[in-house]
Amino acid sequence: MTAITDSALQAAPATKARGYWATVGRRIVRDKVSIACALVLLAIFLSALLAPWLGLADPYQGSMIRRLRPIGTPNYPLGSDELGRDMLARLIYGGRLSLLIGISPVIFAFIIGTSLGIVAGYVGGKLNTAIMRTIDVFFAFPSVLLAIAISGALGAGIVNSIVSLTVVFVPQITRVAESVTTGVRNMDFVDAARASGAGALTIMRVHILGNVLGPIFVYSTGLISVSMILAAGLSFLGLGTKPPEPEWGLMLNTLRTAIYVNPWVAALPGTMIFAVSICFNLLSDGLRSAMDIRN
Amino acid sequence: MSESALTETMLDPVEDLGGAAQPLLRVDGLTKHFPIRGGLLGKSKTVRAVDDVTFSIAKGETLGIVGESGCGKSTTARLLMHLMERDAGDILYDGMQVGRALSLRELRRGMQMVFQDSYASLNPRLTIEESIAFGPKVHGMDDAVARKLARELLGKVGLRPETFANRYPHEISGGQRQRVNIARALALSPRLVILDEAVSALDKSVEAQVLNLLTDLKSEFGLTYLFISHDLNVVRYISDRVLVMYLGEVVELGPVDQVWDAPAHPYTRALLAAMPSSDPDNRTQTAPITGDPPNPIDPPPGCRFHTRCAFAEPLCSAKGPKLSAIGDSGHEAACHMAVAGSGHSRSPAVGVAA
Repeated sequence: MTAITDSALQAAPATKARGYWATVGRRIVRDKVSIACALVLLAIFLSALLAPWLGLADPYQGSMIRRLRPIGTPNYPLGSDELGRDMLARLIYGGRLSLLIGISPVIFAFIIGTSLGIVAGYVGGKLNTAIMRTIDVFFAFPSVLLAIAISGALGAGIVNSIVSLTVVFVPQITRVAESVTTGVRNMDFVDAARASGAGALTIMRVHILGNVLGPIFVYSTGLISVSMILAAGLSFLGLGTKPPEPEWGLMLNTLRTAIYVNPWVAALPGTMIFAVSICFNLLSDGLRSAMDIRN
Repeated sequence: MSESALTETMLDPVEDLGGAAQPLLRVDGLTKHFPIRGGLLGKSKTVRAVDDVTFSIAKGETLGIVGESGCGKSTTARLLMHLMERDAGDILYDGMQVGRALSLRELRRGMQMVFQDSYASLNPRLTIEESIAFGPKVHGMDDAVARKLARELLGKVGLRPETFANRYPHEISGGQRQRVNIARALALSPRLVILDEAVSALDKSVEAQVLNLLTDLKSEFGLTYLFISHDLNVVRYISDRVLVMYLGEVVELGPVDQVWDAPAHPYTRALLAAMPSSDPDNRTQTAPITGDPPNPIDPPPGCRFHTRCAFAEPLCSAKGPKLSAIGDSGHEAACHMAVAGSGHSRSPAVGVAA
């Protein structure tokens, strides 16, 4: 027997199919707000990354006679801080640590939380109860308190504050991952995959992961702004970075005393934190709507 | 068998052991009850979704399963596919007990299923080619070989591989998607394909095309079908034998022509009478049965149909009828009226064939 030839079916043109992510990419490029935010973030990232080669002043070199210069002073485009260090250099160098301790906890939590959530959602039953009820324990504490408590217990330091923030975010991402997975698990294509004899790990990797990653990713991007602020808060409290390291939260803390003398300079680190977190928030909103493709 | 029509890249089908006389699938006393928890103090109840269902499918035949929504058709399919744990009953594939003589993995190669919802049964993130190639890869086929097989199968189900292989499910129509699902099922070289309302969601012209495709594929690949549908015309067209289910039980079973021409169970009669007539001079005037099926949480005692049956007698609510043979052609019905000497006033006299 020859294959069934059906003129109506064969008539379809040989188009090049676009993948899901290609479509999402096209949609996000059309979104002006998202692109603007992405550009701002890119600029901040690049300047932080390339700080040593930008010809900036030494961020650690203070000057007792040139303290708290206002914005626009010659040689101090953004003024100087309470120890006479160049604010521009410190803000750009500060981005390195601030972005690191703001973003890396979310990345770690994304990996851990997604894995936990997918396993809990797919396997279900007792394992789900065990994972989700443990997660619930963490929800009993406000996230700021939890971060402070863990950081305090582990001691001050960059690594410890990253660890504590990771612990804060894992439960939230796990919960989102679990609920998305539970929805996908009951779809027929998962049953079809089971019916083809695939094991649980293969099904989770091939059929679940691709379908749950999007929403979890959007949620996690939104968490970066929270993380930046929490990280700054830990540094502000002296639980994160230690002086004289430039870091936005810590700078905000030390300049706090100068708020009446030179409010504009004192507000600069806060402005940076605000700019980065609002950009991440808007970008995640843009991603969310770009990924919301109905057929 | 014309299996060589395809290439050598196909997976080997599960070996035919019992020969033609051995049924491909024997189901004995299949039962699935879903517990539902009452309130805090309420006692727990059970939904009797599938209750003591027994039937067999011969090699090469098409068995149709019909019944109203909620009568346990799809649950039966999922139990057969082992997508759901059964509470009781035996499932023998070519005489082999699953889990003993035949591993679950092998069963999944020998038995495949096509779902009703063509969109939900394809992973939206995988191309059509990847979806079809997934099964063979699970069973150890090389990626490149599996993709080649997928493209060939696309041709077999009437979709040009160059056009469709790299598309995503949302980019093709419902009928095309269902063809893809059929190709996906065939990719594992199954001998039995369960079609769970596989054409019900398609519009009539596409439905006819897919039905013809199924008939062609059956002879080409030497398949056996379990065809689940609520569309009686379609079942009559495609099936050799038909099984009528009501509230989780088999009420009638037999060759499709006999069941259609001489239905023995009043439920089957009502079901057939409810078919819309396409003849304007011969309209269906009255509803043959009224009301919804009783709640399967609390099925009526005795014959489950007695609450809606026009011939119900006290006997029917007291004692459930067993599936018993009518004549010797394999026609069976579970009704006191069909059994000689059952005590029902309309039952045939003892010694007289129905």
